[in-house]
Formats: sequence, C-alpha cells, structure tokens
Amino acid sequence: MAYLDHAATTPMHPQAVAAMTEALSTTGNASSLHTSGRRARRAIEEARENIADALGARPSEVLFTGGGTESDNLAVKGIYWASGRRRVLASAVEHHAVLDAVEWLERQGADVTWLPTDRFGRVSPESVAEALDASDDVALVTTMWANNEVGTINPVHEIAAVCAARGVPFHTDAVQAVGAVPVDFAASGASALTMTGHKVGGPYGVGVLLLARDVKCTPLMHGGGQERDVRSGTLDVPSIVGLARAVRISVEEQAFRAVEIAALRDELIASVRAVVPDVIVNGDPVDRLPGNAHLTFPGCEGDSLLMLLDARGVECSTGSACTAGVAQPSHVLLAMGVEPALARGSLRFSLGHTSTRADVEKLVSVIGPVVERARTAGLAGMRRSRKVVKQ
Amino acid sequence: MKVLAAMSGGVDSAVAAARAVEAGHDVTGVHLALSAKPGTLRTGARGCCTIEDAHDARRAADLMGIPFYVWDFAERFTEEVVEDFVAEYAAGRTPNPCLRCNERIKFEALLDKAIALGFDAVCTGHYARLEMVGGRPELRRSADMGKDQSYVLASLTADQLAHAMFPLGDTTKDDVRAEAASRGLSVAKKPDSHDICFIPDGDTQKFLAGRMETKPGLLIDDATGAVLGRHAGVHEFTVGQRKGLGIDGPAADGRPRYVLALEPVSGNVRVGAAEKLAVTGISASAPVAHVELDGPVECVAQVRAHGGTAPAVAELVDGVLRVQLREPLKGVAPGQAVAIYREDAAGDIVLASATIDATS
Repeated sequence: MAYLDHAATTPMHPQAVAAMTEALSTTGNASSLHTSGRRARRAIEEARENIADALGARPSEVLFTGGGTESDNLAVKGIYWASGRRRVLASAVEHHAVLDAVEWLERQGADVTWLPTDRFGRVSPESVAEALDASDDVALVTTMWANNEVGTINPVHEIAAVCAARGVPFHTDAVQAVGAVPVDFAASGASALTMTGHKVGGPYGVGVLLLARDVKCTPLMHGGGQERDVRSGTLDVPSIVGLARAVRISVEEQAFRAVEIAALRDELIASVRAVVPDVIVNGDPVDRLPGNAHLTFPGCEGDSLLMLLDARGVECSTGSACTAGVAQPSHVLLAMGVEPALARGSLRFSLGHTSTRADVEKLVSVIGPVVERARTAGLAGMRRSRKVVKQ
Repeated sequence: MKVLAAMSGGVDSAVAAARAVEAGHDVTGVHLALSAKPGTLRTGARGCCTIEDAHDARRAADLMGIPFYVWDFAERFTEEVVEDFVAEYAAGRTPNPCLRCNERIKFEALLDKAIALGFDAVCTGHYARLEMVGGRPELRRSADMGKDQSYVLASLTADQLAHAMFPLGDTTKDDVRAEAASRGLSVAKKPDSHDICFIPDGDTQKFLAGRMETKPGLLIDDATGAVLGRHAGVHEFTVGQRKGLGIDGPAADGRPRYVLALEPVSGNVRVGAAEKLAVTGISASAPVAHVELDGPVECVAQVRAHGGTAPAVAELVDGVLRVQLREPLKGVAPGQAVAIYREDAAGDIVLASATIDATS
C-alpha cells in the first residue's frame, strides 16, 4: 500500500511511541503537590522546554491544547474576546478550524475582512496592510503559515511585521508547517501560532498554541487554571511527552527531510505528468510545502479517482470533507479562482517522513488507467438523462 | 462480479449488500448524498441522506469489511427528482418521486458512473425479484406482497435491469430484520422510511407552496358547473381527496364530494360524487415494455405504489399503453405510473409500465 496522505496524519515516530508508552504506565496529575504529581509536572515542563526550544519560543509561551482545532479556536476567539475590538482579518483559504471560528464570530456580531489570495492561495502583506489601514478596530489578523490543501507557503514574517507595526496581534496556523519548513516563533514575529501532534509524528489529540507573553487571550474553557489560566484541564502527560519527542525529532530532521521529500515529490509530479500530460499542479510551484503535490485531473471527479486509487492500494485525499463525508469543491481552490468543475477533479498527494520511492512508483504505475477510467465516469456523470418531454 | 451497493443507511440496503458480499461478489458500498443541505444529525431521519443515515450505512459497511464512500448526487437529485416533482404538481399531475429516483438517480446517474468505474451491477435493498430469462431481465413481485416494490422499478429499461441486483426479493421484511439482527447490523431495528425523503415533515402542500407559482382558482361542481368556492392553488389538492376542500357540507343530494380533476391552466378544481372517481380506462405514454406486447393482453394493472390493482386488458398502440380495467379503480391521476403484470403463482411478472395521461 502506498500511503500518500501525510498531510492528513503521519505515522508516529517510534521514539515518540516509546516515550509515550512509558509515560502511559506512570501515575500522576501534574497539578498534584506530592511526589507523583511532581514527577508528572517535571515531564510536562521538560516537554514544554523542549518544544519551546525547537520552535523558537519561551517555555511560558507554550500552551498545551487538545490539538490544532482547539489551538485555532482558542487563538481566534480568545484574542478577539480579550481585545475589546470588533474586526477580524482572515484569509479565505484558512483551514476550517480558523474559517468556521471566524464565521461563528461574525454571526455573533464581529466584523470580518476576508483577505484575498493570489492564484496560488497566497496572502500578500500589502493586502493585510491595506485592510489594517482601512480599520482602526482590528482585534486579530489570522493567516496560515502553509496551506493544508495546496501547500503554498505564506510570507508570514512580512505579514507579522505589518501587523506588529500597527500593534495588532497576528495568529498563524502552522499545523502543516512545523517539521516541514523552518519555524521559529520569535523570529517570525507572530503573536500566536498553532501546531498539532499528529502532523509531526506525535500522537493525536494533543497540540500547542504558542502565545506570546504580552498577548491577552480569553479562555474557551474555565476550570483549574492550568496553562497560564488560558486553557484549563488536567494535562495529558503521555501525549505531551510523545508530542515533545516528535517535535524535537521532526524539527531536528527538518532540513534534510525537506530536501529528500521535495525530491520525491518532484519525481511524483514529473512521473504523473509523463502519464497524464494535462495534469495541473495547484499552489505555488516553488514556495510550497516539500511533501505537497496538489493535482487537478481535468474531466475527472475527485471521488472517482480516490475510490479507484484506494482499490489499487494508493491512499490520498480529495481535500476538505464535510461531516457526512461528501467531497465538496475545495474552498481553497475556489478562493484561488479555480473553476468548480476543475476543483472537483483535484487530489492531494502528500509525502512525509516514512515515504519511499516505492510509494511514488506505485502511484505512477496505476494513475494512467485510473484517470482514463475516471474520465469516462466523469463524462457519464455529465450526461443528462434522456428528457421525456411533457405536454 | 464487481458490485456497487447503494446503502441508504436503512436495514434493507444493508442486508442486500451483506448478501451480495456473501454471494462472493466484490462489493463496494456507496451512500448517496441527495440533500444539498444535509442539515443536522436528526433532521429528516425518516428519509434518506441525513448525516445519521450516512453514519449508519458506513457502520454497516465496516461490519461487512467492504470499502465505503459517500457520493454527492444532490445536484442531480434536485434537478431530476425534486424539480420534476414540483413541475408535475404545477402541471396538475401526481408524480411518484421514488419511481423517478430509481429511473434517473439509482439506475441512471449512479449506474452510469458505476459502469464507467468498472462495476458490473448496482445492488439495492428493493423488494422485487429479478432474474435473467433468455437474456432478458424478468421482474417479479416480491415474496413479501406487503413490501413489494416492483411498481417503482417497473419503468426501468431492460438495460438498466440487466445491471441491477435486488437480493431481497425472495425474503419478507420480518426475515430481513431478523437477518440484520443476526448479522449484528445496528440498523436491524431502525424504523422504515415512509414519506417522501425530501419532505421530512410530510407536509407536501407546504413544500410545494414554497416552490411553485401558486394560482388561486375555483372549486367547481363537476355535475352542475356551479362554483362552490375558491382555493389558493391546485397544489393543495389530489385526485380522490375528500377532506379539506373548504366547502360547506355535502352536496344537495347529501353525499360527500371528492376531487375529480385538477385543471392547472384555469386553476380550477372539479369536485363530484364518489362514483365519478371510478376509472375503467387508462391511457398512458412513455411506455417501457418488458415483453413484446402484440395485441391485447390479459393482466393485472397497478396504479400506485401500494394497492390500487385491478384485472385488466392492456394493449400497446402507437406508443400509447391503453388499459381497460375489468374492475374500476379510484384515485387514478395523470402523472402516476400504471404497471401491468402477468399473474403468476411464483410472483406476478412485470409486463410494462407507462405514465398515465388520461383516464375515463
């Protein structure tokens, strides 16, 4: 089987599994004052320091959460609520964890400026500056570091500088970026940054919000006052230990992995194009995540392609899916100006730390007939029925 | 065979898929998302295409160990079934959306896609028996007469039926439920869907009123031509309806009045005595014949999904199916389908289906 969906989730690093497994069999609430509690607390703080060090943050800026969605919601809603201001600036290509949180705020009375993107899905610092200058009531700007669908990398440093110059907090969803490209929180100038465990070889259900010390954030959940009183809840020691190990490894290995994975990704695109000459590569051709190949196969339905590939042992993704599992045309592609029909015929192949040349070869060996077949099916889908004329 | 099992999330399609797997076929399950807005978990759970139904279908597929996908047919369904339903009512006719969905969605849009993707057949949980006899598909009533769905399948062409699979035709509903339970399918006790799936609250008039131009008209006594009242639009009536006509009491002769005919052009609704509803002659167009119909044939005619059968003589003349009923039927409206069957001890065999244009 060729697993080409690392952007959905990537296998855990064996060292993270080992660290987490060991932690699972120890007892201790990190908030307890006795020996076991202190041992748990120590594991948490070491993890916090490790993550801070790997991501260019201070330990006090590392807030543990239940994952990327929670970190995004906490940043977007929390910073908005704490600011007393009314406007949120967000790009139209955000992950649903940001997009839907912003839309929810809008329904609650917030004003929203949707930042446009270019045809690669990139937000320009100029458009952020323009939107900021048009309003003196901006609570927060949020744009992702790298797009989860098409892989385009945003100029986050420049955007952060634009925001900092106007004193507006800037949040970036870096779920896809950490471990894939260099991410340094302090150097980026961002006020808040989201990352999650299962995209970097760590466990599911645990993530981090890096929150600069001077940024006010109203909690989503109230309780024991853990995590700077911003995120209450007993800390999940084993997950946090596993997460820290995975972050450390993925960041340490980032430079050479990126080269290795990008080479494999380029080979994937070239080989698919050799078989399917009219394939379209979406996203920035250069400034993109190393593992991302987002391809449009004109005349095909993404769900047909996915099923046919799945049956042949190749696993990939059609993009965003709603709860019922229906493939919708991607909001990212639509925001980039792609026609809905083409958007429907798109697949995301994403490589990661366990990807091999054999995975790519497997895909290349089946993609030709699969596309041909899906094209026939796509045409069948287009064909409207013989209309019975009614009098 | 490579079989695509359409799985609604109900007990019938789940057991049908399980039987196809057990028969040795290479089965893939597909749930059709038919609603443009799947809504919340519980809305319209009696029909199809809620999130809960997709979940139930998925869990059934998990249990069988077959691949499962949700395919979006909402646009096609809206165009071919919902809009047709509204247009038919607006034209004063009475459509059958389930029949239409079989014709245009399950055994056209889905089947076409399935064939193109390399499948040999589409499997559903319909209650009807289907066999290939001498290279032609032969469709019979279900062994469970109470659940028989051959009427809503009778308009499928030979080509469509040749790629259809109905594994439940020999089984009663009770046995299907028992089998689902013994297979450990969580949908074993899930209630049947009854109403039109895209009108979950069952209020067809409200649904129509929001979607078609409503034209007020007169309520006219068919016998005398007298105007008995006014109404908001023909969509509020169906042929054979007695209650809610908005007229005071019975006719002068003391007998209740029924809707006899809808006239969408004038907007008038004709009402009259019960015996005026009795129909003995049916003329139907767009016939699909499963056998050669040479000359008049003795048959049983059926004019709605459940009940409404009568012995008849049918003849296909110049693309029009003429059915002479030996016993009158009531509530026969243009737009409905008439299916004709040859009586058979092993299950009546479908001979043809056509859309009713006129009655006498």
